[in-house]
Amino acid sequence: MSSVFAYALIGVGLFTLGLYALIVHAHLLRKILALNVMGSGVFMTLVALAKRSGDVPDPVPHAMVITGIVVAVSATALALTLMLKLSAVSGRATLADDRQD
Amino acid sequence: MRDPSEQAINNNPAQPAPLVRVIIALLVTGLGVGLAYAILSLPSNAVGLSQAVNLHLEQSGVTNPVTAVLLNFRGYDTLLEMVVLLLALLGVWALGGAAQFHEHAPGPVLDTLARLLAPLLILVAAYLLWVGAHAPGGAFQAGSVLGAAGVLLLLSGWRPRIALMALPLRLVLIIGPMTFVAMALLTLLSEGQLLTYPVNYAGVLILVLEAAATLSIGVTLAALFVGGHPQDEQSR
Repeated sequence: MSSVFAYALIGVGLFTLGLYALIVHAHLLRKILALNVMGSGVFMTLVALAKRSGDVPDPVPHAMVITGIVVAVSATALALTLMLKLSAVSGRATLADDRQD
Repeated sequence: MRDPSEQAINNNPAQPAPLVRVIIALLVTGLGVGLAYAILSLPSNAVGLSQAVNLHLEQSGVTNPVTAVLLNFRGYDTLLEMVVLLLALLGVWALGGAAQFHEHAPGPVLDTLARLLAPLLILVAAYLLWVGAHAPGGAFQAGSVLGAAGVLLLLSGWRPRIALMALPLRLVLIIGPMTFVAMALLTLLSEGQLLTYPVNYAGVLILVLEAAATLSIGVTLAALFVGGHPQDEQSR
């Protein structure tokens, strides 16, 4: 039973690591990657906690995670395209900052 | 004026000062500790919805509980998810611009590998689709494998014929959501509720839905990978 919480806590760790990277890095590619790491942490926590129902895991969180993975992939593709367009227009892959302008 | 690509390479985003980074790290660690506390204070045994799922599994038409939840009990979520995929692709297309990579002749090794792997990946996708009824698998896994086959073909230099990029591509993209919507309307008329299948036909209906969803998911993922509007490419 404790391995359930070990995996869930690793998921929390991934989420916080991703959140730190999302705040600290200015490059948009790093921000998109950080968001994906955060998402993986959430999925891992959900799947781990589903095992608390006994030998057969609760199928509802698993279905949610499958749904979430596909949505995350398509959102990432949209974000990457937006980043490429921004970089093609402005020549840089960071969001405009008042201090720089 | 500098060349934009050169500027993009030289672009060195400003990092926050070390002190700010330490403060951010401390705050984020605090959040992590709080989340960990919340996780650890959860009961170590929670049945969740697994009993409710098991109770109704016989009526769902499939024996894999995850597929039963995705396509039957929570079919509404999956219908909306197909729409999200389509919206993401529409967003990518609306941003305009042609795909960035061009047709090129692959090396003999890559060419042979892609030719061997692509049919195998399609076979694996079909197997995953079929096996999803009673074991891990299903439309999303099969669709992802199908999308991977498309990405592999695109990376190895294959481009679909221009004629296929117009109407046929769009038809395949919407066949999943449209089948879902049609099924929702049919079940609404016959059973009185959205996506509530008649028990005797549930298995067949779920397989039809999953097959259409697999095609759409696979082609959408491959089209997202291309990342450009096919019509722009046509006009070049």
